[in-house]
Amino acid sequence: MAATEVEITRDGLDRAEMNINMGPQHPATHGVFRMVLTLDGELVTDVEPHIGYLHRGSERLSEDENYQQIITLFDRLDYIANFNNEWVYVRAVEKIINAEVPERAEYLRVILSELNRIASHFLFYGTYGLDTGAMNPVMIGFRERERIQALFEAVSGARMMHNYFRIGGLKDDVPDGFVPATRVLLDQLKAGYDEAKNTLTESEVFIERTAGVGAISGEQALDFGVSGPVLRASGIDYDVRKNFPYSVYPELDFTVPVGKHGDCYDRYMVRMLEIEQSLSIIEQALDKLPEGPIQSRVPRIIRPEAGDVYVNGENPRGDLGVYIVSVGHHATPYRLKIRGPSFCNLMALATMMRGSYIADATVILGSLDIVLGEVDR
Amino acid sequence: MTLFDLIFIGVVVFILFNFVLGSVLAVIYAERKVLARFQQRVGPSRTGPFGMFQTLADAVKLLLKEDMKPASVDRFVFYLAPLLLFTPIFMLWVALPLSDGFVLSDLNLGLFYVVAILGLSIVGMVLAGWSSNNKYALLGGARSAAQLISYELPLILSVLSVGILAQLNTDRPFNLDAIVDAQGAVPYIAVMPLAFLLFFVGTLAETARIPFDIPLAEEEIVGGPLVEYSGIRWGVFFLTEYAGLMTMAVLGAILFLGGWTGPGSDRFAWLQPFWLGAKVSLIVFIVFWIRAPLPRLRIDQLMAFAWKVAIPLSFLNLLLVASTLFYGWDLWVLTLLNLAVIAVAVYGMRWRRGRRLSQFRQRWAQ
Repeated sequence: MAATEVEITRDGLDRAEMNINMGPQHPATHGVFRMVLTLDGELVTDVEPHIGYLHRGSERLSEDENYQQIITLFDRLDYIANFNNEWVYVRAVEKIINAEVPERAEYLRVILSELNRIASHFLFYGTYGLDTGAMNPVMIGFRERERIQALFEAVSGARMMHNYFRIGGLKDDVPDGFVPATRVLLDQLKAGYDEAKNTLTESEVFIERTAGVGAISGEQALDFGVSGPVLRASGIDYDVRKNFPYSVYPELDFTVPVGKHGDCYDRYMVRMLEIEQSLSIIEQALDKLPEGPIQSRVPRIIRPEAGDVYVNGENPRGDLGVYIVSVGHHATPYRLKIRGPSFCNLMALATMMRGSYIADATVILGSLDIVLGEVDR
Repeated sequence: MTLFDLIFIGVVVFILFNFVLGSVLAVIYAERKVLARFQQRVGPSRTGPFGMFQTLADAVKLLLKEDMKPASVDRFVFYLAPLLLFTPIFMLWVALPLSDGFVLSDLNLGLFYVVAILGLSIVGMVLAGWSSNNKYALLGGARSAAQLISYELPLILSVLSVGILAQLNTDRPFNLDAIVDAQGAVPYIAVMPLAFLLFFVGTLAETARIPFDIPLAEEEIVGGPLVEYSGIRWGVFFLTEYAGLMTMAVLGAILFLGGWTGPGSDRFAWLQPFWLGAKVSLIVFIVFWIRAPLPRLRIDQLMAFAWKVAIPLSFLNLLLVASTLFYGWDLWVLTLLNLAVIAVAVYGMRWRRGRRLSQFRQRWAQ
């Protein structure tokens, strides 16, 4: 007697896809991001991102502001990495008016921006821990970021919206004792970094949750215009500081961590290793920090010649570009366009998310480390 | 039943209710303090001495809040669900002895009763998820059904092995009081460490604690079944969660840690509740400890662990205990066998972890 074969199919089941709306009021969307997930049970079959809840019209506002006033708008783009944003903008204006920047100012800019990168990555570390469900990382991440912000407050007077970089230099020289204070801070940050590493990097549950999740290949990443740690995690060695060297970065010795698999774990790991590199960059910059002026002579009201300029820089989130069009002898730019790394990285979201679990959706979104202030501008 | 009986029951229920609620408030306060210490924070410190009244203040706040009900919910089931979740936990306390003979109802099959009632609380979660008419809640309800049913099995099997082993020393092996007496000087955690581990993992999953808090998963489905609840109804869910943790800890202390026995507990009966309290606190503390650093598993990983690791191990454990009784081995043989199984399991996991970690180290070797 032949054995009867029973074929198990899911045809008889009444199956329906479910749309679920995540955000803008959702704890894991990192601000006011909204995504509509199409679910098949626990699996995400499609995702539709909706942005624009934090749109403030920064680009349009820039057209009505003096060149110096626009710095404050850049503070509010990527509000986790204010110095880095200011820097790209002031570099753009310096390029269009051919302004010199004193060497001391350049080194201070490097120190502050790299500190800001560390602060940003520590914030990522904390919130990413939360995204995977762990509580401790956020406490460690915020503790370390708070130390950096205390230094920033001493330097610029503000914890976040510094408005400290000026076209052709800096607002003020750093306060007395800045260098020793920064060295103490670096030691603290190293200890904090080790603690952070011990908590998540080798945690098996964390590896289970992130390894192989939301992977994209290098070619895909390039097609989407992804940049920063997300691109480097996919194995593409692209860092504006190395590929288009600016400021005093050529004189500083650092490597660019590059991943291989392009999954969430690699993105996490690239950022963690970047903290190490930034710490070393700051140490070198502190050693080389020269005495001297911190501001070159630039006109009180800047009226550049007609022309356009595009300048980009390596932000914690990726390649931030600023495009300025000047019609000539006008105190405001004719057009100012921002290429936001968060915005471009977000383009790859749907590709990463298809076929993953709902639980992965927040992990993948977290691994992109978007800041809505810069996505929506 | 006379009027006096009714009044007596009422008074007893009132005392029990307040005892459980009071201890739950203490547990919540303890969790906040313990977690805070793990995270270099201070924790509640303003309300009362050392912030002790913070949870009480929170409970009062929840009581005073407006009882909101979204328009689209299934009203009857929506109101019923918290009660269905709440009642089983308190029904459990009827059979849980707190010291020798100090129990409301000394059931002969107390262990079966406890296990049966435990399964009931799933219904409340699923109904809460379903009746809320919210997709997050529905997902949470479905998740809790899947998770709780999966982890009920290792839990029940490990509890069952205690009942089997207790036959050696008592003729009432499913009576909780008798189980404690049967343990004598050597608590069952020393005899069956594997069963205790399985029970502990089952407890974590059953009470939806990290790393198994998938039904609630605040970062994914925003609290799951609780998402539409507010005010005291939400508070009931919250209290039930901690009451469940307490209950499971008491059960674990009774079944595996020798219950209320300890140095001096024979001579001074008043020491017994303190011994039980200490053991319960230990289990609860370990649960808090686990919560602090660990991320949450994903639902497929959770189910894989239940069906591929926990359930086979619990059947193996049952087999070992049954063989011990059948062939009349000494208890130390069972201990050795248990330890061997744990060693193999831990070695397997560590080997897997080591292989994975070395992959990741290679990946990042610079």
